[in-house]
Amino acid sequence: MSEHGQRAVREASPGAGQEQARLVSSERFRMVLFGAGVLGFAAVLVWGLGGLPDFGDFAGRYGQYLAHTTVPARHATSAVSVTTFDFRGVDTLVEEFILFTAAVGVVALLRVQRASEEVPAEPESTRRPTARSGALRSLITALVAPTLVLGVDIVLHGHLTPGGGFQGGVILMSALFLVYLGGTHLGLGPLRPMGAMEAAEGVGAAGFALIGLAGLIIAGAYLQNFLPFGAPSHLVSGGAIPLLNIAVGLEVMGALLILAAEFLDQRLLMHRGKL
Amino acid sequence: MSFLPYAVAAWLFVIGLYGIVTSRNLVHLVVCLSVVQSSTYVLLLAIGYRSGGTAPIFADVSTTTKVVDPIVATLTLTDVVVEATVVALLLALAVQAHRRFGTLDPNEMGALRG
Repeated sequence: MSEHGQRAVREASPGAGQEQARLVSSERFRMVLFGAGVLGFAAVLVWGLGGLPDFGDFAGRYGQYLAHTTVPARHATSAVSVTTFDFRGVDTLVEEFILFTAAVGVVALLRVQRASEEVPAEPESTRRPTARSGALRSLITALVAPTLVLGVDIVLHGHLTPGGGFQGGVILMSALFLVYLGGTHLGLGPLRPMGAMEAAEGVGAAGFALIGLAGLIIAGAYLQNFLPFGAPSHLVSGGAIPLLNIAVGLEVMGALLILAAEFLDQRLLMHRGKL
Repeated sequence: MSFLPYAVAAWLFVIGLYGIVTSRNLVHLVVCLSVVQSSTYVLLLAIGYRSGGTAPIFADVSTTTKVVDPIVATLTLTDVVVEATVVALLLALAVQAHRRFGTLDPNEMGALRG
C-alpha cells in the first residue's frame, strides 16, 4: 500500500511546481487563520484571567475542607491520594477505565493490520541482544531491581507521601521495560509475556471495580470504605486506599507495557510486498 | 508578578498550537498537542496555589498547616492520564497513516487523496 503511495508521489513530482505553489498558498492561508484565531483567543483569555483570583489568593473552601479532614476522617496523610481514591473515587474509577479502553483501542488499531498485510521482519526464533554494547546492557540490567523496588515503594506509600498507583505504575512499567532493553530481543515469538501484561491490566482494572463493589455490599455505598482505618502514618492505614493504589498500579503498569509492546512490534513488522 | 503562572499557561497553549498548525510531521504534531495540554496542568496548579501553602501531605507537618488545594492536584493527575491515552491513540493513528500513505507529512497526505 505505502509503496504504491510513494510511487504515486514520485510520478507526480516532475510537474510539481503547481502543486508546490498550492501548498505554499494553503500554508499562508493557514497561518493567517491561525493568527486571527490566536488574537481572538488572547482577547478572551485576558478577559477570563482578569476574573480569576490573584495567584496565591485562591479561597476555594472545598479543597481546604478536604485537606483538613483527610487525617482525622481517613487516617491517611496524603490529601491528594485520599481525594483521588476516596472523596473522588468514582472519578478515578472512570479515569482508570479510560486508560484501559485506550490500551484496547491501540491494540485494536495496530493488530488488525498484522493479521492481514504484514509478517515478522525476522524469523520468530531469532534471539539477538537488544543493545549492542555489553557495558550498556550490564548497567541496564543492574538498574532493573532498584527501579522495581522504587516502583513498589511509590505504590505502597501512596496514601502516606506523594505517589500512588498511577505514578508507581509508570515506574514499575519502566523497570520491566528495562528488562527488555537490557535483555535479548524475542521477536514476536511465544516467549513474550503478553498474556501476563494483559492479565496485570485486567486484574488491576477489575480489582478497582470489585473493591468498590465490596464497599457497596459491606458498607452500603459504592467505593465506601469497609476496612479499619488504622493508625495515621502507618503503612497499613487509610482503609481501602492502599488496595486501590495497588489495583491502579497493576493496571497502569499492564496498560503501558501493552502500549509499548504494540509500538515496538511495529518496528519489527514488514510489509509483505517488500520482502 | 502574580499573573506570571497564568502567562506561562497561555504561552504553552499558544506555542503548542503554533506547532500543530505548522507541523510537517504527525509525530511532531502529537508532541505539540501534549505541549498544549501541559498548559492545562500549569493553569490548574496555578489556580489552586495559596501563598505560603505547602503540599497537602501531612506526613511530617501538622494537620492545621496551610496547604495548597488538593483537588486541583487530583484533577491534574486525571489530566496527565488522559493526555497519555490521547497521545498513545494518536501515535497509533500516525502509524496507520504512515502505512497508508508512506509519509508522515500531513500536507502530502492531502495531496495524495486527490
